[in-house]
Amino acid sequence: MSGYMAGIISILAINVIFAYGIFLSVASGQLNLGGAGFQALGAYAAAMISANYDLPLFAAMLAGMVIAGLIGVALAFPILRTKGVYLVLATFAFAEVVAGVIINTEFLGGAMGLSVPGYVDWQPPAIAAVLVCLFVFYLMSTRFGLAMRAIHDDEDVSDLMGVSIRNVKVVAFGVGAALAGLSGAFYAFSFGFVEVQSFNALVSIYVLLYVLLGGTQTPWGPLVGAAFFTLLPELLRELLPAITQGVANIFGATADVAPPDESWRFVILGVLAVVMMAVRPEGVVTRTMVERLRFRRNRNKTLEEVAQ
Amino acid sequence: MLFLQQLVNALMLGSVYVTVAVAFTLTIGILNFLNFTIPTLFMLAGMLGWALSSWGLPFGLGGPIHWLPAIMLGILAAIIVSLIVERFTFRYLKTKYGDSTEHAIPLVSSLGFLLIVENLVRIAYGTEGRRFEGPDADLTLHVGGILVRVPQLVSLLITVLIVLGLTQLLKRSRIGRGLRAIAENPDAANVLGVDTAKIVPVVFMLTGVLCGLAGALFAVNYGEVSPMMGEDVGAKAIAGMVIGGLGSIWGAVLGGLVVGFLELMTVHFIGADTVQVVVWGALLLMLIVKPSGLLGHNSIGKGKL
Repeated sequence: MSGYMAGIISILAINVIFAYGIFLSVASGQLNLGGAGFQALGAYAAAMISANYDLPLFAAMLAGMVIAGLIGVALAFPILRTKGVYLVLATFAFAEVVAGVIINTEFLGGAMGLSVPGYVDWQPPAIAAVLVCLFVFYLMSTRFGLAMRAIHDDEDVSDLMGVSIRNVKVVAFGVGAALAGLSGAFYAFSFGFVEVQSFNALVSIYVLLYVLLGGTQTPWGPLVGAAFFTLLPELLRELLPAITQGVANIFGATADVAPPDESWRFVILGVLAVVMMAVRPEGVVTRTMVERLRFRRNRNKTLEEVAQ
Repeated sequence: MLFLQQLVNALMLGSVYVTVAVAFTLTIGILNFLNFTIPTLFMLAGMLGWALSSWGLPFGLGGPIHWLPAIMLGILAAIIVSLIVERFTFRYLKTKYGDSTEHAIPLVSSLGFLLIVENLVRIAYGTEGRRFEGPDADLTLHVGGILVRVPQLVSLLITVLIVLGLTQLLKRSRIGRGLRAIAENPDAANVLGVDTAKIVPVVFMLTGVLCGLAGALFAVNYGEVSPMMGEDVGAKAIAGMVIGGLGSIWGAVLGGLVVGFLELMTVHFIGADTVQVVVWGALLLMLIVKPSGLLGHNSIGKGKL
């Protein structure tokens, strides 16, 4: 496997884990715009632990995940009292505080960044992404997942029906924070270097957009969103010059082909966000869509076969 | 005396934050919508002002206000973009299912617009900071040993006038009554004859005016613009809005000034690097301890359009 492909798979796996982390809180009705903060916590915790203690990488990553998760739970109690816009602002502020603290802390490398001892290839993040994916699919099929969906759809009614709103929200937020931390730990070991600038506010925005555009009703949503937006720039990088070249060849000219600017990718993401919110605000993958696809698959069978 | 000087400086610095914070608080108070395009509108006015004046506006005319036409067009552009944002974030977006993250729909499209405008500006003009040839920044007044820069003083006056005008508009005019009715209960306002489709764009127009003006004042006072200038000021304006209380105009004024003061005090006593932690920490603390802010009330977020 070429280094290029390995790099793409690592980034894809990291983004999928990250997106599932944010998905858990959004699916339980809490918009989390502080993803980058939790990712930074996981990345720096894992990096510091593997640099200072003689532990296997696996343990360092686990520690990064646990630390991010614990801080997530500790944060969840005070800020989950707030709702709507306030919650968005609080999570956003949290990410900024994390970034600000890291910049001002000498032993975390400050603004210079930190080089991370240890390296993982593409296999561990890929395996972890698959496991996380299975875990979230399982979680959403349990009673707890049902409670999350109920809170997302109508908090007051689920409260009346006896769902313990606060517990479900705190657990969902905390597990989500832990997953974001895990993605940060993989980020640290995949790139061998962490700096605050790679966990800025825009990262939180991107990952929230992956989740919301993919759809928050089913666990397919973040998978589709993260995969699409991670692979899109790679496709554009390959396709756009090829198309330009092809057109140029037809007209018998050799085009001076430059790779598309990084910024264009974000313009496309922005346009898709605006269009999606206007046309299909519930995201690409919805519950009814998944059910319909299942039904199609069963259509040629008899009723007895389906019942089995 | 040093303290008094710092206080004056904080007042001057805070006036930019105040203008942007008022824009934030206006959209939240009336539409319950956290408009993330506000920092980009601020940036757009400044960047376009620079681009147009370096392009040659006003075509060789000299004089002390040669920078004025370009920056005016920058403000106009901010207003137009703000109206485009209204067209695509607010007009189509009615709640369909009423679930708990649905209030986020306009917020998410405004994030989309933030990405679009900011990256288009980067593609067009690059990412580095640019020098904006404004009025002479050395123009100063000495009042009893305290140094006051004249352009900053004028900016502060403009800010005060704008806020006063805005409160009067909300208080006395027909449009203002409509806006206050929408803020209280959009459905009831609609039933009682407030034409929401016509009156909501007014909010976005005001947002464009405020942000464009703040961007122009920033460019004129600090003599430098960059595609990133919105992030820092936007962040501090959000902090100011939260500290003052969401939806309260005078709260935003107070909060913006408090943030300006906090920033200068932090720079003075601790260091420039910790400003971010202090400002955002104050915001987070405020949200946890008293979410309604210093001057706000609890009714924000109840009404939905």
